[in-house]
Amino acid sequence: MTDEDLQAETSEGRQELRERDETGPAELAIEQGSFLRLPEGPVLDPGDIDVEFGEDETMIINMGPQHPSTHGVLRIMMELEGETVLRSKPIVGYLHTGMEKTGEQLTYVQGATNVTRMDYLAPLHNELVFSLAVEALLGTELPPRATWIRMLMTELNRISSHVMWMATNGMDLASTSMMIYGFREREMILSFFEKTTGLRMNHDYIRPGGVAADLPDGWEDDVMSIVETIPGRIDEYDEMLTGQPIFKERTEGVGLISPELAIAMSATGPILRASGVAWDLRRAMPYLAYDEVDFDVIVGTVGDTYDRYAVRLNEIRESCKIVRQCVEQMPPGDYRAQDKKVTPPPRARIDESMEALIHHFKIFTRGFEVPPGEVYQAVESPRGELGCYLVSDGSNKPYRMHIRAPSFVNLQTLPPLLRGGLIADAIAVISSVDPVMGEVDR
Amino acid sequence: MAATSAAELADLEGVATTATGGQEVLHLDRARYLEVTRALFEHGFDMCADLCAVDYLRHADRPLPDGVSPERFEIVVNLLSLERHQRVRLRVQVPETDPVVPTLFDIYPGTENMEREAFDMYGVCFEGHPDHTRILMPEDWEGHPLRKDYSVGRVPVQFKEAPGPR
Repeated sequence: MTDEDLQAETSEGRQELRERDETGPAELAIEQGSFLRLPEGPVLDPGDIDVEFGEDETMIINMGPQHPSTHGVLRIMMELEGETVLRSKPIVGYLHTGMEKTGEQLTYVQGATNVTRMDYLAPLHNELVFSLAVEALLGTELPPRATWIRMLMTELNRISSHVMWMATNGMDLASTSMMIYGFREREMILSFFEKTTGLRMNHDYIRPGGVAADLPDGWEDDVMSIVETIPGRIDEYDEMLTGQPIFKERTEGVGLISPELAIAMSATGPILRASGVAWDLRRAMPYLAYDEVDFDVIVGTVGDTYDRYAVRLNEIRESCKIVRQCVEQMPPGDYRAQDKKVTPPPRARIDESMEALIHHFKIFTRGFEVPPGEVYQAVESPRGELGCYLVSDGSNKPYRMHIRAPSFVNLQTLPPLLRGGLIADAIAVISSVDPVMGEVDR
Repeated sequence: MAATSAAELADLEGVATTATGGQEVLHLDRARYLEVTRALFEHGFDMCADLCAVDYLRHADRPLPDGVSPERFEIVVNLLSLERHQRVRLRVQVPETDPVVPTLFDIYPGTENMEREAFDMYGVCFEGHPDHTRILMPEDWEGHPLRKDYSVGRVPVQFKEAPGPR
């Protein structure tokens, strides 16, 4: 069999639309048929519709709150001229559930279950910032193991959040395979979370005074298998997306923000770092034990959507580095402070001591009192500076709990990011800001 | 915490300062709010990290330094210096009878959403804000939900008898 014969068997010919005179009459009839298959009754003549716009006329279009690529119930009103976005305004509040008000009704012990539901992609960071604020008011000293467990878990959470972002970003940019892969990687981390905390999301694992439970037996193997698998997979996604012409065309030079504007708009996290400002709270104002681990702060140069993608991609690698160091340096000891006022007695003591049982009951019903004062604590969540402003009046419930949600503040950068771009690019830009609506609306 | 406090840095005189747990707090009244903020902005505090309000209706006897008269509302502003790695917190007393403060929008455009949230939740008005509307609650909502005299509200639950065994 010659080469020509093979080609004739396998080739399906050109994929473009063929010339009209090359098309047979039967196929032409089908094409025409699609026009004639209109509903019965008067056929609308395109000439009847007034499609003439004046020179200065623009159109207001609503995107959301049910648009699939606005990451939840974000609604954006855009003024368009043709396909160019002139002005835009994010409208939020569709998911507002009054969680700050709820937080004032719950004791400090219950508080972590409330805040963990705000940023549902990084629940452990929310618990962490709340616990740090309560501990700052209490003056509780944490055992080193609790600190390192917190660091390990929040870094794993950062990986899962960034991987999830890559998945949804891939979906927005029509790379459906990235979505499937991203969810697969996230699943690995979530199953470790389930093993450790009992839940895949909304863990209530990091609590004032330490963490809820020690790491399970054999946790080193589980964590090492995660950090050995993920960097290789990230290299694959890097190869799949970074050099891909469609991906580059849709992201490079789209949604530019200058470092000055990003600082003025209070943007933090990957948005600020992508514009070239090396600001990471883990490095700038270290909390937990971040001054004892080695990692790099990833910065971009241009500040476009592509840079924000690159920053997040490389932050996954840095987080893997930190997790590895956590496994190597994990100190032995207690996983929560043995402060009788704050933490319950060990489970084994409850079986043998009536006082321990009463103590346990008191902690979980009445909670503990926190001395009066106010404090602001901030951590670097996957989306930026996550802060908690806590006011105590000396009772067992916070007098005021305010969460500085990074997505809520970062959303303000959308109008300057979208201005002058195409409406198709808006999807890529919204995705690159990475808003989590549970946190925006609280 | 950095060696030089923010009050020394911006050369602020007559501003009551406290530092608890290494966090510097400046206590202001409304008259000096804008002036002090602008001075801090010019002395390197280039980002407004957070702005929120607190209603001290049920905790009026909170500890405050001498010379600061407690009012019902407080506006709490967290400023951040990226260069000096330093934070400073401003606590501005706002009276209940006239809950109006000037906006920080001209100095820090990033406070737009935060001020709208403080207005929405506490009814504190920000004079000169370009878009002074509610942000989280519906436009026609009555009242300001995070005020202490705004009730929590509850859904009545009707407990039913457990179904008996079949």
